[in-house]
Amino acid sequence: MENKLKVLVAKPGLDGHDRGAKIVAMALRDAGMEVIYTGLRQSPEEIVKAASQENVDIIGLSILSGAHLKLCERIQKLMKESDIEDKPVLIGGIIPAKDVEKLKEMGIQEVFGPGVPLKEIVEKVKEAVK
Amino acid sequence: MFDNEELKRIKKQHKEWEENVVEPTVKRFPERKEKFKTSSSQEIKKTYTPLDIEGLEYVNDLAFPGMPPYTRGIQPTMYRGKLWTMRQYAGFGTAEESNERFHYLMSQGQTGLSVAFDLPTQIGYDSDDSMAEGEVGRVGVAIDSLDDMETLFRGIPLDRVSTSMTINSTAAILLSMYIALAEKQGVSPDKLKGTIQNDILKEYIARGTYIFPPKPSMKIITDIFEYCSKHLPGFNTISISGYHIREAGANAVQEIAFTLADGIAYVEAAIDAGLDPNVFGKRLSFFFNAHNNFFEEIAKFRAARRLWARIMKERFKVKNNKALRLRFHTQTGGSTLTAQQPLNNIARVAYQALAAVLGGTQSLHTNSYDEALGLPTEESVTAALRTQQIIAYETGVADTVDPLGGSYFIEKLTSDIEKKVMEYLSKIDDLGGMVKAIEKGYIQKEILNTAYEYQLNVENQKEIVVGVNKFQTDEDAEKEILEFDPEIEDRQKEKLKTLKKNRDQNAVKETLEKLKKAAKEEDNIMPYVLDAVKHYATVGEISSALRDVFGEYTEAIIL
Repeated sequence: MENKLKVLVAKPGLDGHDRGAKIVAMALRDAGMEVIYTGLRQSPEEIVKAASQENVDIIGLSILSGAHLKLCERIQKLMKESDIEDKPVLIGGIIPAKDVEKLKEMGIQEVFGPGVPLKEIVEKVKEAVK
Repeated sequence: MFDNEELKRIKKQHKEWEENVVEPTVKRFPERKEKFKTSSSQEIKKTYTPLDIEGLEYVNDLAFPGMPPYTRGIQPTMYRGKLWTMRQYAGFGTAEESNERFHYLMSQGQTGLSVAFDLPTQIGYDSDDSMAEGEVGRVGVAIDSLDDMETLFRGIPLDRVSTSMTINSTAAILLSMYIALAEKQGVSPDKLKGTIQNDILKEYIARGTYIFPPKPSMKIITDIFEYCSKHLPGFNTISISGYHIREAGANAVQEIAFTLADGIAYVEAAIDAGLDPNVFGKRLSFFFNAHNNFFEEIAKFRAARRLWARIMKERFKVKNNKALRLRFHTQTGGSTLTAQQPLNNIARVAYQALAAVLGGTQSLHTNSYDEALGLPTEESVTAALRTQQIIAYETGVADTVDPLGGSYFIEKLTSDIEKKVMEYLSKIDDLGGMVKAIEKGYIQKEILNTAYEYQLNVENQKEIVVGVNKFQTDEDAEKEILEFDPEIEDRQKEKLKTLKKNRDQNAVKETLEKLKKAAKEEDNIMPYVLDAVKHYATVGEISSALRDVFGEYTEAIIL
């Protein structure tokens, strides 16, 4: 039997908008994955620690406050330090088009804006760990 | 409202209509959907008649505008006397940028200010705190101390403007800064008009800017009620908010139910603290969302007014009519805005704003069409304000009070929403009240289930979102948005550094110690916070003094 994919869904920074993160978490769970949701206000340190302790296959971030560049940069750096930089990181939120490139250069695999169907997110998550 | 003979005749004709007129038509031309429903899953019938509202009593249930239970409006003349306050929520970057935007909005005919603070200010961190990294000035203006507040309101006389501040956990601090600033302008506190949001319960449910656990948070709120009833009689001490509950995914019924349940919890806390609901009840205000389902939204506002008047009167034995009136601000629905084909949002906002006006709102914020992409530009904010002005000055809808009152459909919807809300309220009572219901995660789970169901309906096209899951077009990715200046964080940190160098450190330390002592001894903290801000203690310093005493809230993870 194939192992269940293990996903960490995290809310870094101070942003309190968690509707998107929770709905994506529920959709991933309904698609048969094991989902760990961190709750609000997680520091990059806490997120990377959780990812490595739980040995997740993939990390999903949700940021709507505009702090995505600084937070992602820091998360990527800490992942390298913890030797888990091979785990794919996906992000959703209000991300201006010109920041999408910057995030991808940083190593973020996918960036989802508003209105992306859940089906597409589930597919991209599956593809990302292949 | 109808005599029995007439009702009988209507019943008879209704039957004939169903059998002889509707049935053959539907056989040949089926309806678009098997069932039509509101956002709250209430089924909508083909048409409504006096039969749907036969139990309604005009004087008891509707009454004339300005008379309890205020279903038709809280003032006798409503917008014939004075239009609603046009109040656009604004703030970003440092106090300088936001001050400039305020002056612009006022020059364009805006009639009240509404301040958006950045997340560090809302959660009690200074701009140089590591928790604040990347967040300074992002979703609102960064305020570290009274010094920033002085800049924010430069050139704005506080006795001539009403100011709404979206601030909750740190409301006591920001309100104190406002009072201190007024004093510097020579304006006495009793001349101040405005609102602080100060609604912590919905932060635990939906918005996330909590700091302390519920008990000390509720204590701070009642401290503010008490202080303001003595010193700031013209200030709304709380804005009990359904807006964010709705944005988190609640439907219209849940929005009203959970907001009024929060309201009940605040009134109970204040009564327990020895305050008189006849007095503080006058300064309670509310804040609702205006979403897409047009008639349901209008009915929702009417139902909320009737329910609150009855709750205050029957549950809390309030005698003063002014304390029965549910006064509210409305903002159009942020989560209904789409990043796809953003200009479509102008139409959405206009209908939502119209629903708020037909529902009798006291003030209104219309969203800008580009808010699913980023912070609004000056152009998009202006279009949003103009939308309100068009409703006010061109459509004529403001010329009579509650124009939809008496519509069979609207009255039936109003009564149905009222009934559904009451079911929720009694469920929450059974759980031991709103604070308990939140701690158990019941409220969060109810909202999340509705939000998830809605999303699945969008996915399978049971819900249509124009431009998103129907009528899509290929769009070029680059859309014009407000550019954020990355230097802002550094500038703000620099400003804070200078402030800390130039103020009287000992005085700051002393006022913070006094504040801690007052918090420990459960004194009213307001005078101590005021003293600290006058000595330029920062939002972060005051918050961490209180964190030491009260501890921090940890979220119950609900999924």
